[in-house]
Amino acid sequence: MSETTAQARRFSISALANPTRYLSYSGRIMPWLGALSALLLAVGLWMAFTAPQDYQQGETVRIMYVHVPSAWLSMMGYMVMAVSALGTLIWRHPLADVSIRAAAPIGAAFTFLALATGSLWGKPMWGTWWVWDARLTSMFVLFLMYLGVIALQRAMDDPVKAARPVAILVLVGTVNIPIIKFSVDWWNTLHQPAAVIRLDGPTIHPSLLWPLLVMALGFTALFFFMHMVAMRTEIWRRRIASMRRASAQERRAATRPVLAE
Amino acid sequence: MTALILRDIRIGVRAGGGMLIGILFFLAVIAVVPFAVGPDLNLLARIGPAILWIGALLASLLGLDRLFQADREDGSLDLMVMAGHDQPLSLTVFAKCVAHWLTTGLPLVVVSPALGLLMNMEPAAILATSLTLLAGTPAVTFIGATGAALAVALPRGGLLVSVMVLPFVIPVLIFGVMAAYGAVEDPAPFTQPFLLLCALTLFFAALGPLAAGAALKAASD
Repeated sequence: MSETTAQARRFSISALANPTRYLSYSGRIMPWLGALSALLLAVGLWMAFTAPQDYQQGETVRIMYVHVPSAWLSMMGYMVMAVSALGTLIWRHPLADVSIRAAAPIGAAFTFLALATGSLWGKPMWGTWWVWDARLTSMFVLFLMYLGVIALQRAMDDPVKAARPVAILVLVGTVNIPIIKFSVDWWNTLHQPAAVIRLDGPTIHPSLLWPLLVMALGFTALFFFMHMVAMRTEIWRRRIASMRRASAQERRAATRPVLAE
Repeated sequence: MTALILRDIRIGVRAGGGMLIGILFFLAVIAVVPFAVGPDLNLLARIGPAILWIGALLASLLGLDRLFQADREDGSLDLMVMAGHDQPLSLTVFAKCVAHWLTTGLPLVVVSPALGLLMNMEPAAILATSLTLLAGTPAVTFIGATGAALAVALPRGGLLVSVMVLPFVIPVLIFGVMAAYGAVEDPAPFTQPFLLLCALTLFFAALGPLAAGAALKAASD
């Protein structure tokens, strides 16, 4: 009986809950993922620079190939954090908390990239660096939420104790994600409405759409690659911290008799 | 629940003077604006609703860290968390939020007409702004309770609470100011943003205590 449950457990998701096993799996996957993202980004960049110019926007349309994937990843990064938060709160999965901690700075960086490239694109197209329209404001709010999550993580010195409060904050913030996605459809402001992911198919010309899709895939692979690297770093960091604590306790135990006398 | 509300109101009114500090801060923000933008009365009247909203928002954020901190220091917060078997913790949090809003949010709403006069606003604009503040400030308290609960274990969590809560209160601010302007300017509607503001308050009244209860439970063990 116990043998069968052990057998079953070996193939369930809890198998991945062992950090050592995660390190060995991810160590094997990581080089391939890194190579895949490098390849996709190289092909995507080549396609992006050889793609025809837009009839209205000219050369500046190429900003899109960085801007749109960054914006898409800023939201996906938050969703990765939200799923990990569920993992922390419901299953108490030990790696879910590591995943949130690793994803937050990456997501914040992509959000910043989306905002920065958007403003570089906005200056020649709209004549202004920044407007307070619905999409820009909600993206800015997303950036603030990432910073709030990072601040809360950093404010507590024990990462294990910080796990649940951070997960709760992440889940509460998930409310904003649909608002960002649909902000351009609900409020008709300066930012253009959704063009790629819509029910009646994309409205971009295929010659511009294909480089964009390849770049989006490359960015996504890059995200998961960096996420994996950051998770491994975090696991190692926690091991070092606990080893330091253990050795400090040992040393104290060794010196105690001397102090007592 | 009523007993808890009454207890918190009594503490809020008597000890510490948190209520007075909130009002004074609100007054200070309003008083600083004319120095910054110049004493042009027409301009002040135009930006008045927005300034009143910003002032009330900052004043409500200021008092948020007091929501659970005092109870944690004297140990009564642990008792409330442990009493979670008899009464859901989110209900306790809800009661504390109501009491907190009655002692810090409601006074801000009450003094807002007087400050509106200082900003040279029309009676209609003053009435509309106070009405939107009345509908909107509870949302700030409810969502702020989540931030306060998350930061309750930290020794100096006050500033962090504001950073965490600010992204969530931005929609409240947007619709509050939109409704206040809608009452004065002709083509802009008043009812639609006002109803959205009420919806936000109801939504956060449900979500905030729930998340705050979970955060308190996580912080206690």
